Amino acid sequence: MTNGRTSRFDWIIILLFLALVVIGWLNIYSASYVDNVESFFDLGNIYTKQLLFIVLSLFLIVFILAIDVKFYERFGSIVYIVSLVSLLGLFIFGNSINGATSWYSFGAFGLQPSEFAKAATALAVAKYVSDIQTNMSLFKDQLRAFLIIALPALFIIPQPDPGSALIYAAFVFPLYREGMHYVYLLLGFFAAALFIGTLAFGVYWIAGLVLFIGIGLFLFNRKRRPNKLKYLTIVFACVAFAFSVNYIFNNVFEQRHRDRFNIVLGKEVDTKGIGYNTNQSEIAIGSGGWLGKGWTEGTQTKGNFVPEQHTDYIFSTVGEEWGFLGSILVVVLFLALIIRVLVLSERQKSQFSRVYGYSVAAILFFHFFVNIGMVSGIFPTVGIPLPFFSYGGSGLWGFTILLFIFVRLDSRNYYYT
Amino acid sequence: MRKYLLLILVLITGLVFTGRLFYLQVYNTSFQARSESNAYKVMYDYPQRGYIFDRNQKLLVSNQPSYDVMVIPREVKNLDTLEFCSLLKIPREQFEKIMVKARVYSPRLPYTVVPQLTKEEYAYLSEKMRKYDGFYIRKQSLRDYQVAHSANVLGYIREVNEAIVKKNPYYQDGENMGMQGIELAYEEELRGVKGVKYIQKDRFNRDIGKYKEGAFDTLPQRGKDITLSIDAVLQKYGEELFINKRGGIVAIEPKTGEILALVTAPHYDPKLLVGRERSKNFSRMFYDSISRPLFDRGLSGEYPPGSPFKALTALIGLQENVINTQERISCRGSYNYGGKKPLGCHHHKSPLAMVGGIAQSCNSYFATVYRRTIEKFDTPQEGIDSWNTHLNSFGLGQYTGHDMPSGRKGLIPDANYYNRYYRYPKYKWYAPATISNSIGQGEVLMTPMQMANFTAAIANKGWYIKPHLIKDIDKQDSIPSEYIKKNYTTIKPEFFDPVIQGLFDVYNDGTAANLKISGIDICGKTGTAENYTRIDGVTTKLTDHSTFIAFAPKDNPQIAIAVFVENGYWGSRWAGKIASLMIEKYIKGEITRTDLETYVLNGNLEAEYAKPHSGIPFLINQ
Repeated sequence: MTNGRTSRFDWIIILLFLALVVIGWLNIYSASYVDNVESFFDLGNIYTKQLLFIVLSLFLIVFILAIDVKFYERFGSIVYIVSLVSLLGLFIFGNSINGATSWYSFGAFGLQPSEFAKAATALAVAKYVSDIQTNMSLFKDQLRAFLIIALPALFIIPQPDPGSALIYAAFVFPLYREGMHYVYLLLGFFAAALFIGTLAFGVYWIAGLVLFIGIGLFLFNRKRRPNKLKYLTIVFACVAFAFSVNYIFNNVFEQRHRDRFNIVLGKEVDTKGIGYNTNQSEIAIGSGGWLGKGWTEGTQTKGNFVPEQHTDYIFSTVGEEWGFLGSILVVVLFLALIIRVLVLSERQKSQFSRVYGYSVAAILFFHFFVNIGMVSGIFPTVGIPLPFFSYGGSGLWGFTILLFIFVRLDSRNYYYT
Repeated sequence: MRKYLLLILVLITGLVFTGRLFYLQVYNTSFQARSESNAYKVMYDYPQRGYIFDRNQKLLVSNQPSYDVMVIPREVKNLDTLEFCSLLKIPREQFEKIMVKARVYSPRLPYTVVPQLTKEEYAYLSEKMRKYDGFYIRKQSLRDYQVAHSANVLGYIREVNEAIVKKNPYYQDGENMGMQGIELAYEEELRGVKGVKYIQKDRFNRDIGKYKEGAFDTLPQRGKDITLSIDAVLQKYGEELFINKRGGIVAIEPKTGEILALVTAPHYDPKLLVGRERSKNFSRMFYDSISRPLFDRGLSGEYPPGSPFKALTALIGLQENVINTQERISCRGSYNYGGKKPLGCHHHKSPLAMVGGIAQSCNSYFATVYRRTIEKFDTPQEGIDSWNTHLNSFGLGQYTGHDMPSGRKGLIPDANYYNRYYRYPKYKWYAPATISNSIGQGEVLMTPMQMANFTAAIANKGWYIKPHLIKDIDKQDSIPSEYIKKNYTTIKPEFFDPVIQGLFDVYNDGTAANLKISGIDICGKTGTAENYTRIDGVTTKLTDHSTFIAFAPKDNPQIAIAVFVENGYWGSRWAGKIASLMIEKYIKGEITRTDLETYVLNGNLEAEYAKPHSGIPFLINQ
C-alpha cells in the first residue's frame, strides 16, 4: 500500500523542510530580482536558478527515500571515501570563486563538494560509532572517531574555507551522546571562554583571574588533601593558553580575522571596511520593525546594501521585509526542525540511525547558530549558509541529502512495529 | 544529561536570537532612520528664478544657463589626457591636480573640473564630451544682469551657508539663495518651490529608479516675476551723477510711496557677483572698509540731517501753537541760549517770519521755535517726548518699514535718552541743552531713506505710504497691504501750506535760488551738516556733509527726493545740484542745463575722502 509506505515518513520534518525552502526562495527572489528583467524563466536570474535547484531537490528526495536503508549502513564508508577524494580533487581540478577553491564547475553550474561531505561524514561517524567493537569511552576509539571528523575538515581549511570546516566541530555532540567523556566538552568550553576572555579583557586580567580562582579553590578545598601538582598544572595550562591565544591572535592571525573578532567584542567601531557587512545587515534587520516593510519593499535589500544578501546574509532580508514577527517565525521553524530531528533520533531503535540523526541535528544547529548569530551581529563573520534558505544548489542539495537520509532511516522503525 | 545537552543549547540559542531580534527590530528604533538615509536620496528639481523688471517693464535681471564640466572619477576610462586637456584648454598639470582632488573628494560623486564655461565653449565641448567616459557637462542657472546699475537694489544670490541651512530647513547645501536687496526680500517669490524626487539608491550610491514609484515626488513651482518701482533711467542717472562721490539718493513717488531711485555711492556692477570671478570680487568689495561699496548708504547710512530738519521744526511749532506764520523773529548772526558758545547763523536779512525763515534757513528762528515747543510743557522731559511723538509720526527714529532687508532706525532722542545722558535726576537738563536738534544737528540722525520719506509726507500734506520697491508680483496687484495704507502724521494738513511755501521760496530767493528749473515748481531745502570722525583717538571735524531734500511739482507732487553727499560742504554745492538734475530728468525726461550736468558728472570728491586717511594735517570746508 502506497499510503502505508508514505505514512511511515515523518511528515512534520517534510513540511518544515518545505516551509523553509519556500520562505527561503521568496526572500532570495526579493533579494535578487531587478525591476527591468526580461523574463521570469531566464536562467540568468538567481531566483529562477534557485527554483530549478528546489525542483531538482524534490527529485533527489524521491530518490533518497526510494533507496534501501541497508545501502546507507553498508556503503557509508565508501560514500565517505568518495567524498574525501572529491575534496582532495579540488586541489587539482578545483575552480576558484571568491578566492576559495571549493568548486568543480560544469558549464554555468558549480558543485561544492564540502556541502556534500557533511552528510558523508555523518554516515561514516554513525557507522563507526555504531560498530559493535567501538566503545566511545575508550581513548583509542575516540581518537579514531576524531580522525574521521577531522580529515574532511583538514581538507576544507586550506581551500580556504575555515567557516565550513568549523561546522565539523558539531560532531562533538553525537560523540558525547554516545558515551564520550564530558571533559572534552568542558575543555572545549573553557578554551572558548579563555579565548574570548583574553581577547575581550586582555591576557593579564585573565591570567590574574585564573590564578585567583585557582588559589581560591585550593584554599577552600579542605575535604581531602588537595593535590598541589594537579592545581598547579591546570592553572599553568590555563595561563599558558591565554598567553598563547594572545600570541596567536596578534602574530599568527591576519588583520581581517582580528577585525572580525574585535567588531563583535565591541572593541572597534568600523562601518566602512570589514564591519560594513554586519553594520548594514543590522540596519536592514533593525529597520524592519514589528511587521517589516513588506515583501520586495525592503530598501536595504533593493539597494544591495548588504553584501552576499541572497547567500549568507539572506536572513537580513527576512528581518527587513517580514519584521520581528517574520524573523521569529523563521527562528521557530528552525528550532522546530532541529528539535524534531533530535526527538526522533532519541526514538531510533538502531544506534546507527540515532548517531546519524544526532549528527544531522548538530550540523543544522551549528549552521543556524553561526549564521543568524553573524547576520544579527553577535557572532564574528564566518561565511556559512543558512540551511534550506541561502541561495546555492550544492548547499540546498547537501542539506536535503543530509536531512532526507535521516527521514529514510527513521521510516525503517515502522517495519518492526 | 547526555540526552538533553544539545536540546538545551538549541532552546537557549532560540531565546538569545529572539532577544537579539527584539532589540534590533523593536527596542532600538534608530535603525529605521539609518536605513532611510541609506537607501534613498532626495533629488531636487530647481525651477527658474523669477525675472526682475523696472517700473516701465524694462528687464533688469533674467537667468542664464551656466555649464560646468564635471567628472565622476571611478567612471573615467581610457582617458587620452593630452587630447582632453587641449580640448578643455587647461594645462596638463592643473588637470591632474584637479583629478587628484576629485578622487580625494569621492571616487563616486561628481566633482567640478572646469566651472562656468562660456556659451561658445559649451557649444564646442558638448559634442565631444560623449567620447570621454566619466565626464559630463552640468547645466546650472545663473543670474543674467541686463543692466550695470542697481546692484544695491537687486542684491545678489549665492550658495547658502551652514547657518542658513540650520535655520531654514528649505535649503540644502549647495543651493542658492538671495543674499541682499530684492533677491533676499522677495526670495520666496523669486525662487519658487523646488520639486522633490526620491531616488532609490544602491550601496554605491547609484540611482536604481524612483522610490515607491514616485509616490512622494513633487513638481517644482516656477519662481514669480517681480516688477520694481525703480525707474531704471533715473536710477542709472543717479549712479552716474555720484561717480567719484560718496553718499546716496532716495527718490519716492509721494502718492504711492514707491521708490523711484535708490542710489548708493560708490556703486558696483552687479555682474561682478556672478560667474568665475564672483568670490574674488566679493572679497575685494567686502574688505574695502574705506569706500564700503556693499554698504547701502541710502538705507543704512545714519547722518545728521542738517537744515532740511527745520521744516519739521516749523511744522511741530505750528501744531503746538507756539508760533504763527506772521510772527517775525530777529537774528543777530547767532542765537544765544546761555551756552559757552552761541548757535551761529549766517548772514541774511532780519527779522524773518516763517516763510522767510525757511527760505533763508535762519538758525535763530528755528532755535526759538524749538525752544518754545519744548518749554511749552512743565518739564523738558514732557516737551522732548511730545516733540519725539510728532517726529515718530513721520517715520523717524524707527524703521521706515520699507521692503529692503537692510535699514537703520536713525535717532530721534526722547526724555529717557537725555535723562540717561545727563544722569537725571542727579543733574537736571533743560531745552537749551538740546538746542542743536532744532536745526537737524545735535543728537538727531536720519538715513537718506527717512529724509526722503518725511519729504514725501510734507509733499502729501500730512501722510505717507511706507516706501517700498515692490510694484507687483507676477503682474498681479498682490503687494502687501502695508504698502497701500496711508500713515497720517500728527500735524494738521493746513499747517503744511506755509512750510511748503517756505520750501518753494528756497528756490525763488533762498539758498537754492540758482538751481531753479524753468517750468517746474520745486520745493526744497538745503542742508549743511557738521560731522566728526576719530583719527588716532582724536575727535576731528571733517568737511560738512552736503544734504538736500526736495519735491516737485509744488502742486500735485510726483517726486520727493533726498540727496546726501558725504563731505560735500554746503547743501547747494553738490546735493542741491544732484537733486535738481534728478528732478528734471524724472519729470522732463531730459536735461536742459547741460553745463550743470557736466559739472556734476565731472565733480570729484576723492581728494576730500583721502584726507582723514592721509595721516597728515588737513584743512576742511575749502
